[in-house]
Amino acid sequence: MKQFAALLRRDNQPVRYLVVDDSVFARKNLIKMIEMFGGELAGEAGDGLTAIAEYNRIKPDIVLMDITMPQMEGIEAVERIVRQHADARIVMVSSVGYQENILAALQKGAKHFVQKPVKPEVLYEILRYVLSDDPNASGVPTALVGESRS
Amino acid sequence: MRMELIQPFINAADAVFAESLEGPTKIVDVEMDENAYRRKGVAALILIKGDIEGRVILDIAPEVAVTVAGVLAGTQMEASEQVVRETVCELANMVIGNSVTLLNDQGFHFKVFPPEVHMNEAGLAGSADTEALVICIETPCGDIFLNIAMRYLHRRRAERSAVPTLD
Repeated sequence: MKQFAALLRRDNQPVRYLVVDDSVFARKNLIKMIEMFGGELAGEAGDGLTAIAEYNRIKPDIVLMDITMPQMEGIEAVERIVRQHADARIVMVSSVGYQENILAALQKGAKHFVQKPVKPEVLYEILRYVLSDDPNASGVPTALVGESRS
Repeated sequence: MRMELIQPFINAADAVFAESLEGPTKIVDVEMDENAYRRKGVAALILIKGDIEGRVILDIAPEVAVTVAGVLAGTQMEASEQVVRETVCELANMVIGNSVTLLNDQGFHFKVFPPEVHMNEAGLAGSADTEALVICIETPCGDIFLNIAMRYLHRRRAERSAVPTLD
């Protein structure tokens, strides 16, 4: 299995993630990758409404958000979270990756998009990029000097 | 048979299975089908309506679904109806999501309906006026079947307008 240097916050603590997807498998798969990147699972949600509540409760460093979900879709959840928390860092994770969808998500405040099935190395680079402008997170520099994990 | 509409589904399925099931895949059988579809295992049926329309059925034996679930989750899974259902839906969503991305970027607009899971003994109704392509893809977890029937909506409109109306 490929090894990744840990992505850490600037205070050297693990990056805290909220994983939002209605598929249990997709969540497990993303959680497995988060652990490979040295991150910490702060919370999970299976729909947009729960994601908003969880975001307010745990204030994660990064949200990994599916688009097509019951009750409230991911793009609407992004809009509501960003309206309340302008500094929220949300990466969309969806199998539906056509341009209209990606543009809509970015316009509502998502920072990036990754298509399913997610390749760990692709998600890792996106997280590095998204974390690089986070004043609380180390992004590139610490990631490169961080400990390697299997 | 509109291969330009079907090819994106085949390409997406091949890529999704190879990536998510962590191994090589091979198309081992392709055949045309004009009758009601006979399921081999548990099937997810997804309807597509818009500029193009049709349906895709992803069909998988329960024991294969449990093996797939273990690979997707990264841990061995207990066999259960719930696990089988979720696995079939997850695979279908990934295949359809990747396929519609290709078709949407070509300018087609359509709605994709959530997967309906079929587990009972009854067969699935085929489309009365559309032949389907049935593909068997060999994966590291076992065989996965796809039944794809797609067509352009404008062709159907033209057919409708050709039928004389009663005044």
